This record gives sequence, C-alpha cells and structure tokens, in this order.
Amino acid sequence: MSRWFRRSQKDGSLLALPTVAWLLVFFVLPLVIVLVVSLMSRGRGGVAQMPLTLQHYERTFGIFSIILWRSIGLAGLTTVVCLLVGYPLAFFISTRRRPIVQQIALFLVILPFWTNFLIRTYAWRILLGDEGTINGVLRALGVISEPLQLLNTQFAVLVGLVYGFLPFMVLPIFASVERFNFRYVDAAQDLGANETRTFLRVVLPLTMPGVLAGCALVFIPSVGAFVTPDLLGGTKGLMIGNLINNQFGGSGNMPLGSALSIVMMGVVMLSLLVYVFGNRRQTGA
Amino acid sequence: MKHLLLLILAGLLLAPAAADDDMAAWTCPEGYAGQTLSIFNWSTYIAEDTVPNFEAACGVTVNYDIYESNEAMLARIRQGNPGYDLVVPSGGTVQRMAEEMLLIPIDLEMIPNVANVVEDFLAPAFDPENRYSLPYQWGTLGVGYRTAAFPDGISSWDDIWTYEGNVAWIDDRDSMFGIALTILGYDPNTTDSDEINEARDYLIERGSNVVTVAADDGQVLLERGEVDVAVEYSGDISQILWDCECEDYAYVLPGGVGNVWFDNMAIPVDAPNPELAMVFMDYILDAKVGADLTNYIWYASPNQASIDSGYIDEEILADPTVFPPADQMANLFVIIDKGAEAEQLINDAWDELLIFLGA
Repeated sequence: MSRWFRRSQKDGSLLALPTVAWLLVFFVLPLVIVLVVSLMSRGRGGVAQMPLTLQHYERTFGIFSIILWRSIGLAGLTTVVCLLVGYPLAFFISTRRRPIVQQIALFLVILPFWTNFLIRTYAWRILLGDEGTINGVLRALGVISEPLQLLNTQFAVLVGLVYGFLPFMVLPIFASVERFNFRYVDAAQDLGANETRTFLRVVLPLTMPGVLAGCALVFIPSVGAFVTPDLLGGTKGLMIGNLINNQFGGSGNMPLGSALSIVMMGVVMLSLLVYVFGNRRQTGA
Repeated sequence: MKHLLLLILAGLLLAPAAADDDMAAWTCPEGYAGQTLSIFNWSTYIAEDTVPNFEAACGVTVNYDIYESNEAMLARIRQGNPGYDLVVPSGGTVQRMAEEMLLIPIDLEMIPNVANVVEDFLAPAFDPENRYSLPYQWGTLGVGYRTAAFPDGISSWDDIWTYEGNVAWIDDRDSMFGIALTILGYDPNTTDSDEINEARDYLIERGSNVVTVAADDGQVLLERGEVDVAVEYSGDISQILWDCECEDYAYVLPGGVGNVWFDNMAIPVDAPNPELAMVFMDYILDAKVGADLTNYIWYASPNQASIDSGYIDEEILADPTVFPPADQMANLFVIIDKGAEAEQLINDAWDELLIFLGA
C-alpha cells in the first residue's frame, strides 16, 4: 500500500483520484444499477422486481426499434448538416486576418447559449407554426396560398437539432483549422495538386481531428435529444429520448426505460469508437 | 379626472356590499403563520388570486407546481414524494393511490367547509368515506375545434378521425382508450387485453391526421392555429372562448361520447405539512373561494354553497359546456381504477400507439 502510494506520488496518478472516485460513485455505479434494472421484471407501478428477464430488450429491438432507427437517422442527418454548415464557417472564422473580427465571429457562434435552450426551442415553434413567421412571410409574398406543414414534422426536429448543436461542430473544427499551416497548401500546389486534390489530401486530413470531435459532439446529444422532438416533432418526430422519458413518467416502466437507455448508450459508444479509431488512423498516418 | 371622481363615487356606493363580503370571507385558523405549503396541481387549473389570497389569509408561503396528466403526477409520487403537500388526482387515480398507500387520510373535523360540498359528490365510489379526498372541480373531456374548419359542426368522432387537417389528441391515455372502447361497444374501463389492443389499433388507424398528442395544452394549439381540433378538457376550451369573447371555437362531446371526471384534493404520503394542506382544502371549499375558482377556470363546481350563494356567474351556471345537461351526463363514461395489471396493459398499448402514430 505504502509503496503503491509512494510510486503514485512520484508519477502523479494520485492527481486523478478525485475524478476516479467521483466517476465510480456517480457514473459507474449508477450505470451498473441501470443495467441490472433493465434485466428485471416490471412490478406494480413500474418499479423493477425479480425475476430477471430479457423481455425489455426484446421490446426495445422489437417495435421500439422503429423509433431507435429514426433517432439514429435524425442524429446522423443533423451531424451531416452541421458539418456542411460548420466546416466552411470554421474556415471563415479562422482565416480572418484581424483578431478582433475572429473574436467577434466566435462570440456570435456562442451567443445563442446566453438564452435558455428551452426558450430558444419554443421560439422555433412560433417560427415554424401554421400561422407562424415563416408561413406568414411566404404567404405575404404570394409564394404559397396554404400554410406549409413545418411544425410537428421530422424536418422541424432536424432544424431544431442543427440549430441547437451547430456551435459544437464549429468550435472543435475552428481549433483544428487554426493550427493548420497554410504553407502546406502552397507546397501541395507547387507539387502540382489541383484545388480538390489539395483539399482532400492535405487540408481535410489535417483538420480531421476537429471534424471527428465535432461530429461526436453533435451526434451524441442529438441521438438522445428529448426537448427538441418533444416541442417540435409532434407525433411524427418522436425520438427515443421521449420514449425513455415516458417510461420513467406516465408509462411507468422503469426496466423498459433502462433497457432503452442501455441500448442508446450502446449507440453512443459505437459512435465514440468510430471517433477514437478514426482519430488514431489520422494521427498514425 | 371626471372619470376618477365617478370611480371614487362608485367605490363609495359599493363599499357596504364589499364590507358584507368581508364578513363572510374565509378566515384562516391560527398557528400556521410562517409555514410552507407545496401544491402539485394540473396546469391552468387555479384562479389568479386563489393562492395569493390564501398566503395573505394564513401568512404562509405556497410553492405551486404543475403537471399535465394523472400518470405524470402518479409517477412522481410513486418514485418518492419530492415534498408536495397536496395533489389533485381524478377519481380513478385517488383509488389507485389509496390502494398503493400513497395517500394520507384526511381529518374531516379540520375541514368544516365539507358541509358546502354537493351531496352527490360526498362519499364517491372511489373514496366511499372521503377518507383520502375531497372534490376540487369536475368537468368533461371532449373536443374543442375552430368553428371555421367545421361549418356544420362536429356530430361524431368520425368527423374527427376523417378530418383533413391538423388534429391534436391529449396525453390522457385512459380517456383516449375509453373513447375508442366505447365506440367499439366495449366497457371503457375494460381490463381485457384483446379489447384494449383492438382499441389501440382502432386509434392508430384513425390517427394519421394527428400532429401531436398534447400535454393538456390543446387549447393553446387551437389558439395558435397549429391544429383545428383538439381533444381537451371542457374548461380549457371555455377559457380561450372567454379570453377572445368570440365564437371562433366551440366545445362538443361528439355524438355524446366523452368522459366525465371528478378531480379531488388529496395529501400524498410523506407530505411535509399535511395540516396546512387540510386548511387549504377547507379554504377551497369556501363558498366564495370555490366560486372564484370556477369563475376563473370555467370548470364545474362541486360546491353547493358556491352555486346557491350566487357567487358563480350566472352565465357559467347556465353554460352547458361547464355544467352538462343531465341527459348528456348519463351517457358519459367515468374512468375508474382498473387495477395494476390493466394499467400496464393500457400503458404498453399507449406506447405502441405513440410509436405507430408517427410511423
């Protein structure tokens, strides 16, 4: 014990002790509880009881899989859209010559966080509603005569998610691009690479860590989103987060809610694996 | 200036009447000053001044929190009462909570205003001795709609199922299933899994125009134009009609099929201050307070004294949306406690319904 202690003192691993203790008590232990509950039967009022069963996983991969796939699809699409919007933006910001412009641009990216997420999502309801701002403007311009069904669709959820998580894509990519040495571009072009080739073989690989981090940061909260689909999705945009919430609320089925959560964590874990291996390949190359 | 003088004059003339009111005003028993009461009630279900007046009368602080369905409230209490002193479950839920020992018995001697309650509302089937609950308000569940979207009105639920436009249902699974079961000719409180699943399929087939299953805010969706029809509780629709003073909306029990419910004040287990909760029950059952409540939220009053005293606006007493006529009442179904097993059947069927409504 004392030898271990002295060695830990030397190599500094004691520094991680508070975090490790915290995570053990408040992350690993609850996770184990959720896992155990997900394997138990549903008792009166939705609490977990013996015997052990796999029926909640059967249900999760049964009809609940419709919503699971929808969530993965919507989160994936959100990630792609955020990337397509965020990548050029990050480049724009990091290539500004004057630092003040850069700072203002970054400030604007983070500005929405000043307002509560719930309120901002409610605002989208007003924008997207049948008698909302967007339909109102389009109607006034004579583009449409009947209101477009924007709210309570998967499109509305996508818009809400992209809006909410875009900064998480921009910031890591910005950090990557900022470190990028633009003389590599000159070098590539001196060696005869055209613009596409320069981008694909030089710029993109070198900014890939930021892209991967951004994708992970957008995909993970999107797949478990709950407020956005609740407020914008209606019946058509229901996501797995809403169903999990139901199991701990109105539908009173904690074991099923736990099983759904475990499966969702599995999805998140898979996406993190993609991130880790993608990163390793990039840094190894 | 002239107006101001007139106002003062009018105030002087009215002063004696106001004094009379004060005489009859509810007085708080002593000894509660400085205490706190935590109320957990449905959304849009209390008058603006109900709580402030109680706080002033008793010198107490009230924490007021809201929920959107019996199931949501029940889930919170089942997971361990987070500190509420008073909840407002509907009849069937009172029974369920009592059976699961989630309610504390009330002491009727602390609540002299029990004498004000309409006799038929005392000792209801779900709580035969008023051991756990006293009535708060009652009403029906039907549909509110924009009159412009239905020039001929709504005469049956088929009009809603087949409507080509946006529809909102309500996150009240017992009532939604009760409607489908009634239409299918079954007992709305059935515990038979085949019948429940048939009702689920019936609803899924007819739900393609449902854009949202609203959390007791269908009236807001109607107002905002997000939907043309919303399954809702009577008073919530009356509230927006009253606000707009228009005829843009109407409330109907389509083909006479709908639900009548009775909400009750009860004290959840582990309530920090059950005595003050009972004082609040007495306050609500006061003739004037009860009438003010109904005048504001447009739900029906279970308070005979409020009705007899003339405190409730005549307009409301005569409104068939608020107080449905007896022949209509007889046809409406009441949700009772179906037991833990049927509750789970309904919950599973409801989850499946939500999944397939959007698929």
